[in-house]
Amino acid sequence: MNELIYFFNYVVVAGSVTGCIYAMGAVGVTLIYSILRFAHFAHADMMTLGAFVVLLLTMLFPHAGDALGLPTAIVMLPIGMVFTSLVAVGIDRAFYQPLRTHKVKPIVMVIASLGVTLMLQGLIRLFAGTGAQSLYVDARKEIFRLEVPGITRPIILTEPQVILFVVTIAAVVGLHLFLTRSRLGKAMRAMSDNPDLARASGINTRLIITLTWVIAGSLATLAGTLLSLDVAFKPDLSFFLLLPIFAAAIVGGVGHPFGAIAGGFLVGFAETLAVFNWSVLLRPIRDSLPDWLALPANLALVGTEYKIVVPFFILIAVLIWRPTGIFKGKVI
Amino acid sequence: MSPIIDVRHIRKSFGGLTVIDDCSLQVAQGSITGMIGPNGAGKSTLFNIIAGSLMPDSGEVLLDGKPITDLPANRRFHQGLLRTFQIAHEFSHLTALENLMMVPPAQEGENLFSTWFKPGEVRRQEAETRRRALEVLDFIGLAHVRNELAGNLSGGQKKLLELGRTMMTDARVVLLDEIAAGVNRTLLGDLIGNIERLNRELDYTFLVIEHDMDMIARLCDPVIVLAQGQVMMQGSIEEIQNTPAVIEAYFGAETA
Repeated sequence: MNELIYFFNYVVVAGSVTGCIYAMGAVGVTLIYSILRFAHFAHADMMTLGAFVVLLLTMLFPHAGDALGLPTAIVMLPIGMVFTSLVAVGIDRAFYQPLRTHKVKPIVMVIASLGVTLMLQGLIRLFAGTGAQSLYVDARKEIFRLEVPGITRPIILTEPQVILFVVTIAAVVGLHLFLTRSRLGKAMRAMSDNPDLARASGINTRLIITLTWVIAGSLATLAGTLLSLDVAFKPDLSFFLLLPIFAAAIVGGVGHPFGAIAGGFLVGFAETLAVFNWSVLLRPIRDSLPDWLALPANLALVGTEYKIVVPFFILIAVLIWRPTGIFKGKVI
Repeated sequence: MSPIIDVRHIRKSFGGLTVIDDCSLQVAQGSITGMIGPNGAGKSTLFNIIAGSLMPDSGEVLLDGKPITDLPANRRFHQGLLRTFQIAHEFSHLTALENLMMVPPAQEGENLFSTWFKPGEVRRQEAETRRRALEVLDFIGLAHVRNELAGNLSGGQKKLLELGRTMMTDARVVLLDEIAAGVNRTLLGDLIGNIERLNRELDYTFLVIEHDMDMIARLCDPVIVLAQGQVMMQGSIEEIQNTPAVIEAYFGAETA
């Protein structure tokens, strides 16, 4: 049974964590695509930026969370979300809107967003340095060990992981209610369907664009901060997330928020399963194996260093099976 | 009758091609004004400029005496200037009912503040919009397909839906861009009937681009003839049909 707990800790928990992060990133990418029709490559660095803002606030007020019994970074999260949203709207007004008014081709927007990503990376490194920093300033990460009766190995969950699961569920439910129930959410779906008609129906498309950046910026901050809280803040942390997030968005069907969530979890679990050491699960039957079959110490599908290959393998496999993604994408 | 739409000295070129060349025209309040002209005369361009989908290079557009040249399409919408599209546009992933409900009178719910702080008001308005949308669907004869995705409607039904959209709000001027194209005769009768009813009962002013001369003859007075980006003449359909220059411009020189 210890082996099953090991499997739970290293696959179910780790896969869910990766899945949540990818899902929140991919939802942002997919919303921006469905409203503005371009692949926003600067998205991962908006995640880093959000986490960095939260880190700064946490360093300034390290004990702000004590009264509430939460990590200070969580208390600072709303401020970080507001700030990052404002920056996202500002970037849109400064860089993307002038291009939009000249009706440039989507590829120009994509390259512009690559420029923004390099700019953000440079700026963050300028202020944050290149090293890793913990978001637990003057505090300790809480680790929950859940004892399962009759088994020596406990289920291990960290505090940031629990918060991540709760926040992701809340964000997904909130987004669903917003898109299907509220007028503004419906107006957003309408604009992704037909922007000309949306304008001719009196929908304020500028407001919708602003709102898209606010949602994407907030989700990016959530994902970036919660990941940094669980691991550590690194200026290049989310840059390594960019490609899996795009894979998740495409696998799910670009422009489809719930597809992006499904894609995020698919890619997250596939990555974790691919690097999982299966030989641990086989150890109990080691004695009954024939002599000529020795159990290797490490029996993973790919080494950890090749993890990045997995999302793309899935991407290609899914696209051959369903060229439009798991959910048929394009409009929200 | 005072003009509700006043177009003054509009110019628009695309690259080196001047499509609208110092064009001025007026649409009288309460009229159903037709606009005809050969292909490439600039009808659709002028339409897009009046609706706010295109910005003119120079010149002015006035709605009821107030300049609206710089307003985007959605702001013109809220001032009562609406349009339909030559190729029917619809939110294909929303139902016919939802398509109409996208067009509320005051758009209370589209204000970020009220979504969060006045849910009761928003809900009341939503119910009101829904009631109105159902009435409109009844009026245009689409009640039986109200829960069908708009993308699955026939071409003619989509055109009716376009007209229905203009009835969701208190429109003053409606620009109809080839509403008859691709619509069968029976449905066309319904369309014309609905347009006349809206004009008579709700005092809608219509500006109609049309290639179907029957429809122009049945519906429009006066008719404006556009050729090479300028107004060639304006008058009743009889006057237009009896003017050799129009026939020449429209049908080519050999019929003149």
